[in-house]
Parts: sequence; C-alpha cells; structure tokens
Amino acid sequence: MNQTPIEEMDFETAFAELEATVRQLEAGDLPLEKSLALFERGIALARACENLLDRADLRVRQLVPTANGGYEAKPFSVDTPDMP
Amino acid sequence: MSDRVYSVTEITAYVKSLIQTDVLLQDLWVSGEISNSTRSAAGHYYFTLKDAGATLSCVMWRGVAAYQTTLPTNGQAVEVRGSFSVYEPRGQYQLVAQEIRPAGVGRLYQEFEALKARLSAEGLFAEERKRPLPSRPRRIGLVTSPTGAAVQDILRVLRHRYPVVDVILAPTLVQGVEAPPQIVAAIRALNEWPQPVDTLIVARGGGSLEELWAFNDERVARAIAASRIPVISGVGHETDFTIADFAADYRAPTPTGAAMAAVPDARELRAQIRDWTTAMAIQMRTRVAQGRADVQAEVRALQRVSPLEKIARARQQTDDLTRVAASILQHRLALWRERVSAYRAQLHSLSPLAVLERGYAVVQREDTGAVVRRSAEVAAGDAIRVRVADGGFRATVSPDGRDADPDSPG
Repeated sequence: MNQTPIEEMDFETAFAELEATVRQLEAGDLPLEKSLALFERGIALARACENLLDRADLRVRQLVPTANGGYEAKPFSVDTPDMP
Repeated sequence: MSDRVYSVTEITAYVKSLIQTDVLLQDLWVSGEISNSTRSAAGHYYFTLKDAGATLSCVMWRGVAAYQTTLPTNGQAVEVRGSFSVYEPRGQYQLVAQEIRPAGVGRLYQEFEALKARLSAEGLFAEERKRPLPSRPRRIGLVTSPTGAAVQDILRVLRHRYPVVDVILAPTLVQGVEAPPQIVAAIRALNEWPQPVDTLIVARGGGSLEELWAFNDERVARAIAASRIPVISGVGHETDFTIADFAADYRAPTPTGAAMAAVPDARELRAQIRDWTTAMAIQMRTRVAQGRADVQAEVRALQRVSPLEKIARARQQTDDLTRVAASILQHRLALWRERVSAYRAQLHSLSPLAVLERGYAVVQREDTGAVVRRSAEVAAGDAIRVRVADGGFRATVSPDGRDADPDSPG
C-alpha cells in the first residue's frame, strides 16, 4: 500500500489507489482489522478525490524559448498570449 | 466525303451524340479564369471559363450552385468539374458544371493523395502503431496557436471536464510555410520537457485545404509518428482529414473533440467515487456482521468446553439429581406412610384395645397392675383401675360382694 500522505497526492494517484483499495476489499479474504484499516483509507481517498475535483482550477502554462535554446514555462492566459 | 446532305438539326444531333458518348468529356476538370458570370432570375449561373487560347461556355444549375462553397466570380481562377453537352438552339457546346473550386486545389489534392499513399506504404499509419490514450493524464501538451478559437475551445473543455489536469501549451503558427517547422519543434519540445507529459493534442480550427495545408506536411506527419507521447489530432472540421490525422494515435473531428478525448469527465468520476464509497461501506457492513457472527460462534464453542460451563452443567445435574432423589424419597415416604397407616389399622383392629370400643373394660389391680379376670382376684375394698376405650378411671370394689356371672364357667 502506498504510504504517501493522502493530502499530498495528486488526483490521479489518489483515484488509482482508491480503485485498488476497493478491489482489495471486494476480493474479500482479509482479517477484520485489515479490512477496517483499508476501509478508512479508502474513505479518506474518496474524500480527497472529491476535494481535488472541487478545488481544481485548470493550470495552463506556455513554453517560451530561453536564451540558451531551451524552454521555460510561464503562466498562460488566452487574453495575453505570447506569439512564437 | 459522303454525298448525303444533313440538316442542321441532324448534324447538330450527331455532334451532340459524339460529345455525350465521349468518356472524357462526360466527367472532367477544367481550369480557367471566370468571366461574364451572371445569375439568372431562376438562380442558374452562366459564365465563361477562359485562358489565353480559348473560351468555354459554362452553366451551373441552381440546385448544384446551392452546394458550392465557391460561386463563379469574375476574374477568379478556378477549376470546374462537369460534363459537356450541346445546346441545339444556339449551336453551342457548353460545360455543365457539377463542382467548382479555387485553382491549384486540384494539384494540392494530388500531392495529398501521393503523400498519403507513400507514408501509408511505409506503415506510418498502421493500426498497430497507434498507442492507447492515458485515461487520466496528469499533464497534457497542446500544439496549437495561442490565439484563435481552437485553444480557447480546448481549454474550456479541459477546465469543465477535468480541471485537475496540468496543461502546457507549445505555441506555434498553424498555417503558412513557417508552420510545419514550428509544429515539429513544438512536438519535440513537449517530448523533451523535464516533467512527464502524458498526452499531446495537435489542433487547429477549421479552414480551407490551403489553410490546413501545414497539417498535410510530411515533416509534421513524421514528427507525430515519432512522438514518444501519444498524439490526439483535432484539425479542422468533422469532414477534414489531414495527413496528421492519419499519423496520430487518435483522430478527433475538431479541437473540442480532441480535448474531450484526452480527459475523462469529472461528472463520471464523481459518480464512480460515490459508487465505490457505497461498495466499501457495504463490504464493511458485511464484514463486521460476519465478524460478529464468527465471534459468537467462537464464544459458543468455548462455552462448550469451558470449566465454568462444566461446573454449571454439573451443578445442573446435581440439582436435577437432587430433585429426582427428593421426589423418589417423597414417593417412598408416601408409600411407607401408607404402609404404616395400614399396619396401624391392622394393629388397631387386632389390638385388645379395640375390644374396649365395643364396651368391654379391662380391670387391673391398682397395686400390682395385674389384670383382673376373675372376681375372686379382688376383694371388697380393693383399689382397681378400670380401663375403657378412651382412657380409664379408678374404682374401689364395693362391699356388695362379688357375684358370679351365671354364664361363666367360674
């Protein structure tokens, strides 16, 4: 089981682990204590996923060429685009 | 030369049949410049196509004109597809137009078809090469113009459906000769970006074949095919197919469609989360109930072998036995009591004292206690005790004397 604190997970990680937790619980041959621990973690993961969806605001960045030939990413807004 | 003399009608009919049975003349493209374009009251278009050496009368009927994206305009260089016919009243052959398009597009189409065939033969478009799209990407790369409707449409869809995703835009020109190298560079930049990018969207809004031409460029097709990151193409309108679309891992009909294909819908994800929460709760309820039942079964099993249980059972047995013993005893006592009563009754009936009930008395000498049977055994003045049924009394023999019972042997 991934031991990353749930508050630090991104959505994909939390969602994937939630799915794995549900499968484990449904597979069914765990002792009661383990089931309870999984259940609590599963509920916490579900809450975290919902929070992440509720609070998210799309983060958009734009690649901008740097002096040395590479790129850096700057915040992008449709109102103030940098033309290539 | 024949001597037969033909009428105008006859010979016109002959020319007409020659023209209308000629395979080439019945379906071909002709290019030229439009002049004398007019539209009749009924809505039909009459114009001429000309070049340096000749002119050709054309007609486009109203119903056909309704479907055209380009209508005959004077001075315009066009290509017209149609078939030749003869209009007898004026002795004129003409091209009946089925389709009209700007000049040069025909050549573009040829290039398109040739490139498509060549790259397809190389296997660049093969189904096996196409990779599955990540269902929940963490980061999406956009290759498109930073201005225009396409990028706005894409971002709006992403924000609405899956706002947790991270977006990196690699801005490029999307038409003109500078566009293909920029598109290639953008795809490469996103592939080399230090943070992992899960999916690319290569997009451009709708336009004509020339405007979309950058996405038919061979360099763009190869860059898409070589991309390590799966590519979704969303170029033009639903009916536009570009080489980029064939090379991509997934072709979407429009930029909006590309954004929808790239991410899941938050609404469905929320429903899935709710379903899983319910499933977990049900599992736990079942599990706890099962656990409780298991514990109870264990308790029962333990009780069966528990010393306390044994003691309780023994106690129970003792109580039972005690009760049984008591009742047996009672029963026996009752039987004995009956017997005793019976004996007592027997005794009583056999007892000499029973005689007393009948009125006889037992007389005893007070001094010796000897039972007096004969009158000679007492003298006047002797103290005697008389015993009757319910007890007795003392008496003295009266001086009257004894008398002999006439019936006794005495």
